[in-house]
Amino acid sequence: MRLKGSRRRVTASMVAVVAAGALVLAGCGSSNNNTNANGDQPVGLCGTTAKTTITVGLWGGFDFGDTGLYKKYEQLCPNISIKEDDADSSQDYWTKLQTELAAGSGLPDVSGIEIGFVANIVQQHANQFVNFQTVPGAAKLKAEYYPWKWNMGTTSDGTDTVGLGTDGGPEAICYRPDLLKQAGLPYQRDAVAKLWSTWPDFIKFGQQYEASKTKPSGSHFLDSAASVFSTAVYQGNEAYDNAQGQPDVSNSDGVKTAWKYATQAAADHITAGLQQFGTDWNKAFSSGAFAALACPTWMMSYIESQAGTAYSGKWDIAPVLPGGATNWGGSWIGVPEKAQHKAAAIALVEWLSAKAQQVTLWSKGHWPTNQQAAEDPSVANSTNAYFNNAPVGQIFGGIASQMKIPPIGVYDTPIQAAFTTALTNIEDKGTSASDAWNGAMANIQQITG
Amino acid sequence: MTVASTTAPAGVKSPRRRRRLPGARIAYLYVLPFFAVFAAFSVYPWLDTAWISLHDVNLSTYHDQLWVGLDNYKELLHSTFFWNAFKNTITIGIISTVPQLCMALGLAHLLNHKLRGRTFFRVAMLMPYATSLAAATVIFVELFDPRFGLIDWALHAVHLPRIDWQNDRWPAQIAISSIVTWRWTGYNALIYLAGLQAVDTELYDAAAVDGAGRWAQFRYVTLPGLRPTIVFTIVVSTIGAMQLFGEPYLYYAGQGAGNAAGGGISNQFQTLGLLMYQDGWTYGHLGLASAVAWTMFLIIVIAVLVNLFLSRRRERAGR
Repeated sequence: MRLKGSRRRVTASMVAVVAAGALVLAGCGSSNNNTNANGDQPVGLCGTTAKTTITVGLWGGFDFGDTGLYKKYEQLCPNISIKEDDADSSQDYWTKLQTELAAGSGLPDVSGIEIGFVANIVQQHANQFVNFQTVPGAAKLKAEYYPWKWNMGTTSDGTDTVGLGTDGGPEAICYRPDLLKQAGLPYQRDAVAKLWSTWPDFIKFGQQYEASKTKPSGSHFLDSAASVFSTAVYQGNEAYDNAQGQPDVSNSDGVKTAWKYATQAAADHITAGLQQFGTDWNKAFSSGAFAALACPTWMMSYIESQAGTAYSGKWDIAPVLPGGATNWGGSWIGVPEKAQHKAAAIALVEWLSAKAQQVTLWSKGHWPTNQQAAEDPSVANSTNAYFNNAPVGQIFGGIASQMKIPPIGVYDTPIQAAFTTALTNIEDKGTSASDAWNGAMANIQQITG
Repeated sequence: MTVASTTAPAGVKSPRRRRRLPGARIAYLYVLPFFAVFAAFSVYPWLDTAWISLHDVNLSTYHDQLWVGLDNYKELLHSTFFWNAFKNTITIGIISTVPQLCMALGLAHLLNHKLRGRTFFRVAMLMPYATSLAAATVIFVELFDPRFGLIDWALHAVHLPRIDWQNDRWPAQIAISSIVTWRWTGYNALIYLAGLQAVDTELYDAAAVDGAGRWAQFRYVTLPGLRPTIVFTIVVSTIGAMQLFGEPYLYYAGQGAGNAAGGGISNQFQTLGLLMYQDGWTYGHLGLASAVAWTMFLIIVIAVLVNLFLSRRRERAGR
């Protein structure tokens, strides 16, 4: 009897909750009926007045839903509802997108575009995506963006832009001041920034760390030689491709210098030899197996999630990147020409990429590529408590404004993987640098076909 | 059979027709769904793969197909990556299949005797097969972790050198084979057990009366009685080994590798299945990947034929 009674009570309260929820939803809907996205312009801001469901194809991690942006948009445009479909990873999403582009069907209304395949879309599929230079207000959009971000999503002749930028990844160095202090080395933000401005100085600092008798046993200065390589390679005039976006590894100044510094880091044993994003690497954020790593903005939330609250305040960010400012990662959102609700999708993309929304997304560590958003005081003056209250807005803002990006190409992701595995061979198996180089070249030959 | 019937003289035709049951035509209707699905999802992809393997095709520019004849196959035969994957497939196949089938046979033999809790053992044996491959591989990755794994911890505890189960060729192949073995031994034992049920128990009794011990019974009663079943499991395991994909993929991915189809930092456990996936989906070279697929198919056909030939010859020699 008692059991039955309590179950009935549970049911009743659930009904009440659902009813209350329905009321709230209904209330939102009706109060916003006469508002549109900007508030100052008449119809058409939501792209359509018809009842529409916009599908968004992504791979998780954009945080449009988590930060409440979808809900906000659905309130501004009550006729619109948004449905996000997530693939497991950007690689899975790209495979799916390619088959959909080949078939010309199944495409979402809004498609995520990652830095790993933006060059492919720009070079081979630009005509299958809405050109954001032809949408209403295009000139205004372009003016708001960092030029480097806008250009990466634009064809080499400058006439076709496949999507609007969401986040970017200006890089600095994340490090553990407590470990440096224990090793008897300078550990304060500004002090290390002065010592780390070039790769040779950075590596020299690593040697001092390794030589220290007081550093924790089993600890190394850097996580991996890959950390050096994948940063330094984008500091060249060329990374993996020539100005036409064709693979050109053997003539690249970026590859040459990056390989030199990365192999030196490996030879000097200043790295822990961990595979980035591997399980051991993840564990090392709290075990102290390394003291520093190359750190794009999005790495902050990654470190926080891996090291956990116990390490809050133990990590810090140095306002410097050895060898000069560059970028790691980032995405765009675009609209396929075959999208079912093109006008509505364009309106949503423009809204999601606008200044206010990019400012909101910074709360989850997505660095705004809309320059006006990045310069907004709430971003520019922000600090991060987890990273010892580092002035992250100022640090990354400074790097983002000096950024220089070499041409990118279709095979950059697998080519980079070929180099980083070659470096892991040097670190973990003692392979000679020349054998590792030959291995990487054979792999790249296989990749570029 | 069909050849015989078409070449039969005209006079024989009418009795044949009369022999056919009235419901025979409807049987074609019953099998139609299977063959329709088979045609759509097996025959068509099979032929299309063959066609694509003769072209230079990229995933990203699928509609620009350039006829290259047998160039993809030539490229494969000259590729160190192909031969590396070929060798890995064979070595992992041997390391995983041979001990697996031997153990399965022994287990089946033991479980065929009247044991206390026999049903429990039979069910327990099948548990690995019922476990999700992804879940199992995650556990094995943890066990074999070169830094924090239980196995290296145990080796270290008894003062043996640590082994790098990921980056060294043979340890990695053995680790992957152990996943395959763990997963399929029980399944094969169950098939052997079913085969054993068909062996007349009086033969065992007679052998026991003649003074044959367990081993002699196994050698002279179980093995001959099971020969057809053994051939079947060898053929199925050979096909499975040639297509090995999930275990090595997840073994590398479980460690967090981005390019999991690479099969290790120096491709030390990249199988043909992984190479096909890497060429097709990671690099987008669909023509080359299709050529790998067809080459795998031919290798499997050859391997199965060799198996059948050997077992036939043994059978004939045995008689």
